[in-house]
Amino acid sequence: MATARRNGTLVWHRRAPPAQFAIWLLWAVGAVVFVNCWQLISDKTIWPFVTDAPAQAADLAARMVPPDWASITALWRPMWDTVNMATLGTALAIVLAVPVAYCAARNTTPSTVMVRPVALFIIVASRSINALIWALMLVTIIGPGVLAGIFAIALRSIGFCAKLLYEAIEEIDEGQVEAVRATGASGAQVTTFGIVPQVLPAFAGVSVFRWDINIRESTVLGLVGAGGIGLPLNAAITTLAWTRVSLILLIILATVIVSEWISAKVRHAII
Amino acid sequence: MPPSTAAILAPRYWRKPPLIKRAWVRWALGVGTVVYLALALGTIDVNWTRLSEGLPRGARFFAAFFPPNFTGRWNDISDGILESLYMTVAATVIGIVLSIPVGLGAAKNIAPQAVYYFCRGILAVSRSFQEIILAIFFVKLLGFGPLAGMVTLSFATIGFYGKLLAEDIEHTDPSSAEAVRATGAGWLQWINYGVQPQVMPRMIGLALYRFDINFRESAVVGIVGAGGIGATLDTAFNRYEFDSAAAILLIIIAIVMLIEYSSSYVRRWVQ
Repeated sequence: MATARRNGTLVWHRRAPPAQFAIWLLWAVGAVVFVNCWQLISDKTIWPFVTDAPAQAADLAARMVPPDWASITALWRPMWDTVNMATLGTALAIVLAVPVAYCAARNTTPSTVMVRPVALFIIVASRSINALIWALMLVTIIGPGVLAGIFAIALRSIGFCAKLLYEAIEEIDEGQVEAVRATGASGAQVTTFGIVPQVLPAFAGVSVFRWDINIRESTVLGLVGAGGIGLPLNAAITTLAWTRVSLILLIILATVIVSEWISAKVRHAII
Repeated sequence: MPPSTAAILAPRYWRKPPLIKRAWVRWALGVGTVVYLALALGTIDVNWTRLSEGLPRGARFFAAFFPPNFTGRWNDISDGILESLYMTVAATVIGIVLSIPVGLGAAKNIAPQAVYYFCRGILAVSRSFQEIILAIFFVKLLGFGPLAGMVTLSFATIGFYGKLLAEDIEHTDPSSAEAVRATGAGWLQWINYGVQPQVMPRMIGLALYRFDINFRESAVVGIVGAGGIGATLDTAFNRYEFDSAAAILLIIIAIVMLIEYSSSYVRRWVQ
């Protein structure tokens, strides 16, 4: 225990002086880096625009109330498309993520040298590139619309689902797998009866969790032309129809809260 | 009564127990899924001619990515990457600092009821809106440039980090916090010595994870004018310089891999 003598009495300290000094030093380095970054950002900022931000915000807020409830009838269809993009995209992603996860998990991969690095690269590449960038590319290839959104969501989600899934596969109890193998089961039977039942709950949890995230992601894909609620949002912003913007934001907020609630309930029921 | 000989000799089959035990729930889920898929797939209008035209175009599109051109726009790319990194560092620091009071307020076992609901409201709003939507508004208020991106990412960090911090505080062991309180510690001392050491290791790991997310998001907020590598990427797409775009995407993937690798190392060291 670290103590120090002060005025002849022993005083308790949480850490010994060298450890405390090292921690302070780390904090100091961190502070220097942060201040440096802030300096570079502030150099690139036009401060007069920032100083009138409160006035701008108040003005914008005043233009946004009351929400334009009359236009809600035109928004059901985009919202339905948004939910579909998230759901179908997640479903497609899961179908594609299973083989990738199977190849990436150390205990099931056919080859650690050849196959596993490829699977890991697929996972990282899919995770690093945002759904919006995928959508930007896909709109060029397959044209604007919901289909591009579905593929964008799916491509972005493969990495996430496969990563969590292969971690679940690596954590399974090998005893059960060995027991199934000891009965003389074939490779496919070992997978179905030894591995699948152990990862199925984690698998369901991951898919619902990703679905919830995808609802949020799919609200913006319309900004680059991939369908959903983002299209009317973009149109409303560019035409400065602020009352409609506030209505769309309220709808998005409600949908996201509902989806989060559903996802939490389902995950709670499974785990 | 002992079972008859016929019953013993009759072949017995074993069936795998289903994941969902109640049969009607299983059937309802199955039928619901089929109905939903029919509805959802029925409402996607796919323009097949556009799609068939798009596929060879897609092949040409991907061919244009190779070989990635790192040198042609190297100055723009390196500026963008550095700007993204500044934004990420500053936003992660500011976001985490701001999320600490919100997270403390949103923990049920620490905060009074009124504060709890207020802070949970902040978290819900911050988590519901995708970074791009937030970025559109912050660009409107603060002008183009990395400052708007930094504020966006900070705000998004509050929602993510605050929620996880609050949940972690709710799961802490109350007895050690009570022991600190029993020594006559004040509120700040109670938090600092009773709660903070319990949540710190996990929170450091999550801070690194959020840093990773912020970097990935910084690559897209640029599309709506909030600075960073996203602006460079968007420009590359708009100029049809797909080889430069490929270089940018590869750099993003490499940096994300690097952050992920080092963060797993730091996490092992902390825990």
